[in-house]
Amino acid sequence: MTRTLSSGGGPSAATTFDRFRTKVLAGVQDPQLRRYAFFLMAVGAGLLPLMAGSAHAALSKAVNDGADTLLMLMGSALVLLMTPGLAFFYGGFTRSKNVLNTMMMSFFLMGLIGVLWVVIGYSLAFDGGFKSPFIGGLGAMWMNGVGGELGDAPLADGFNLSASSFALFQGMFAIITPALISGAIVERVSFKAWFWFCTIWSLLIYSPMAKMVWGGGFIGPFGTIGAIDFAGGTVVHIASGVAALVAAAIIGERSTWPDSKRPPHNVPFILLGAGLLWFGWFGFNGASMFAAKTAGFPFLTTTTSASAGLLVWCLIEWFKDGKPTAVGAATGAVAGLVGITPAAGFVYMPQSLLIGALTAIACFIAVQVKASIKFDDSLDTFMVHGVGGTVGALLTGLLAAKSLVPADYFPLSAKILEEGGNGGLFLAQFKAVLFTFGFVGLGTALILWFLKLFMPLRVSVNDEERGLDYVAHGEEAYDPMTN
Amino acid sequence: MITALVRPSKVDAVKSALVALDIVGMTVSEVRGFGRQKGQVERYRGNEFTVDFLQKSKIVVVLEDAKVEAAITAITEAARTGEIGDGKIFVTPVENAIRIRTGDRGETAL
Repeated sequence: MTRTLSSGGGPSAATTFDRFRTKVLAGVQDPQLRRYAFFLMAVGAGLLPLMAGSAHAALSKAVNDGADTLLMLMGSALVLLMTPGLAFFYGGFTRSKNVLNTMMMSFFLMGLIGVLWVVIGYSLAFDGGFKSPFIGGLGAMWMNGVGGELGDAPLADGFNLSASSFALFQGMFAIITPALISGAIVERVSFKAWFWFCTIWSLLIYSPMAKMVWGGGFIGPFGTIGAIDFAGGTVVHIASGVAALVAAAIIGERSTWPDSKRPPHNVPFILLGAGLLWFGWFGFNGASMFAAKTAGFPFLTTTTSASAGLLVWCLIEWFKDGKPTAVGAATGAVAGLVGITPAAGFVYMPQSLLIGALTAIACFIAVQVKASIKFDDSLDTFMVHGVGGTVGALLTGLLAAKSLVPADYFPLSAKILEEGGNGGLFLAQFKAVLFTFGFVGLGTALILWFLKLFMPLRVSVNDEERGLDYVAHGEEAYDPMTN
Repeated sequence: MITALVRPSKVDAVKSALVALDIVGMTVSEVRGFGRQKGQVERYRGNEFTVDFLQKSKIVVVLEDAKVEAAITAITEAARTGEIGDGKIFVTPVENAIRIRTGDRGETAL
């Protein structure tokens, strides 16, 4: 669970009573009845403190902080925009004959995962039905019971946001995570195989990962490992990065690779996409605070880390190759954002600058290494998200501030931090990273091998040469003869 | 007919110089190629790409024989920077010219 601070909690019993009184009295016209109703309510209110337990239950029937819910709704819209942003980011890197297919591999998931999430994905991640630390349940299928009758029921005791806004917010994460994987396997994967891969991967890998880290499961602060992941370092970035690595290995390199590599076909798309990602990341990390009052820090650390990543990447290029590049600026910013994701609400601003800079350096080295070995992770998904996510998760252990990891919301992690210090938390983070690598790597491989029994995972060499925009969708992005 | 391959940044200057000679029409297209200038090296995320075919603009002008020398001089002066990569001019004879709207032929069709 991501955190909310109790100090930012709901209004007192008195203000709640006041609101309740105004509401009830508005419907009672007769002055005598009004007095009677008022008397009854006063008696009821007097009893409130005496029956604290049931009073608390009564109070939590209403969302008592609209600002927190609003933060989630705004965050959801921001995170949704990251998926088309990612489509542009990836689309710019490919050849012009594959740009639509590349963008569809992300964009299409706003449909596919958007539906899956409501039907069963959310339930598998956040319902408690199976009583398992690895997977949720089936009780919240079709969002059954989520948010109560009017959508205003709070997520749980101690949370001031509505369950409906939480489910929506988490759905946006579920959409973008498989979309990230696509970068490693573009320009050759069959769209049908991609459809089935994302369907299965989302339910069997993503939902369990979300459960294990955020749903009170195995990896998180209520589980066995006690690792902290503010907004998806393991769930989103390491998971998508490792899946990308495995998928690229199993599906294989592009037929034209590496002999006739091509430069990105549209660098402005890359900058547009990176800009949209950065913008959306405010929601991704910032709204993961779940509390509007304290969201200022994760909003700040998010953008400062991105700035540091961009700057450091460009400076390295400037010293090394003589010129800072636009693609480097975009990549450095994304690396900084990936790095701060697990840490955003657990560190202060100087640490966020350090995380952004170190993640950018690590990703820069990873990208150089990949360029020199024969492995076709086409758009460096593992090199940026896998490596960046890992560095971010480990640095979170080293740099997390005790004051930002309260025991109310992160009991095991706070205990580890108290007893073992940052070294102890680092160890927990390391275990979480290892577990994620193993679980996602193996799971992804099994899914792809299974799919291979039913369909080819990639298109024919001829189709690859023709271009996937036409082969998979019957469209062309840029046809000079259409005016 | 004059076919001139010039730097894309020099197209406007060449056009102005030719218009000053009362040349009433020209066709311009974006082309790629290499000559002595060879390619350039581009770098994206540490991947180096040698771009062998560089962008040039191809200008095609069909004109009366009497104007050819003046046009060559005009294009040369407008498109020259003195660096490798300024381009080339080719002169070829044209058998006939027909204006589609009226069916005019020969020099009147230009």
